[in-house]
Amino acid sequence: MEFTDEQIHRYSRHIILPEVGGKGQKKLLQAKVLIVGAGGLGCPVGYYLAAAGVGTIGIVDNDTIELSNLQRQIAHSTERIGMPKADSAKMTFEALNPDVMVHAVKERLNKDMIMDLIKDYDIVVDGSDNFPTRYLVNDACVMAGKPLVSGAILRFEGQVTTIIPREGHCYRCLFEEPPPPGLVPSCQEAGVLGALPGVIGALQAMEVLKLILGVGQPLKNQLLIYNALETNFRKVKVPKNPDCPVCSDHPRITELQDYEAEYCQMRF
Amino acid sequence: MEEIKPDRSINIKGLICPYTFVKSKLAIEEMEVGQVLEIILDYPEASRSIPKSMEDHGHRVLKVEKINETDWVILIRKERE
Ligand SMILES: [Zn+2]
Repeated sequence: MEFTDEQIHRYSRHIILPEVGGKGQKKLLQAKVLIVGAGGLGCPVGYYLAAAGVGTIGIVDNDTIELSNLQRQIAHSTERIGMPKADSAKMTFEALNPDVMVHAVKERLNKDMIMDLIKDYDIVVDGSDNFPTRYLVNDACVMAGKPLVSGAILRFEGQVTTIIPREGHCYRCLFEEPPPPGLVPSCQEAGVLGALPGVIGALQAMEVLKLILGVGQPLKNQLLIYNALETNFRKVKVPKNPDCPVCSDHPRITELQDYEAEYCQMRF
Repeated sequence: MEEIKPDRSINIKGLICPYTFVKSKLAIEEMEVGQVLEIILDYPEASRSIPKSMEDHGHRVLKVEKINETDWVILIRKERE
């Protein structure tokens, strides 16, 4: 493909980077990334990927926009309250960059459709707000061999990790099973300062761009932890667990499962 | 002195930075290592910045010459992918 004059201007700050260039920009335009969740994390992830010219973005979310989302979910707006988040995200991202095709998937991920959905994408980003989805996405990506950039936020702290199935760790190497519902913060405890998902989402977007371009080192076998109050980043090593229930050579989990535990339904 | 024959020539007169370099970089990316790109430009700043940026990217500047009142010719040999 040849760049149009508009594309040369739009992507000029990428093209002049030796690590990107026209070739890297073409990789971005050809890339397909699936984002799970159009909430606090999914909004900035999708926003930056769209701005960067990632050509195909899928966004999965079955919620509608509520007023209480707008303190941090920056792809939506006051006048769109009540609209499905996936539709709103599609409108915002495509308005930012007409080179990008956004597929809005207005369903809750479940074990019966996730494999069919992720097969069309190169990379998956988890910006979900609940443990059932987090484990389902992890297991599906391990089984399908899809790189997964996972993020999580709570109050003033966030985490990012990049899972490259078979090469590195997976989420279950880190935490084998979802925590029991009683240990998950209750609704009253589950606040989040508005810019936190912006920080973590931007880190996730950066991991995705690096994977597409093949530059730098992904957060493989590592968990990056950001503490906003102390303004520090810590990297914790996460070795691949040789007995991991899903990504080891002798997995116990060979079929996807939907966890139906009663977690706090508050949405991040 | 032996005349160097460019393998490709681009005219970027009228363009300013950073598009002068963006266009030059896109052109050289499509060429083979060892080939020579000729760039004709009229933006004075770019007559200095393009050679420097091309060297930073690992290519060789063979010539920078002001050919008339307004224009420069730059020859760059692609040294690496
Ligand atoms: Zn594992």
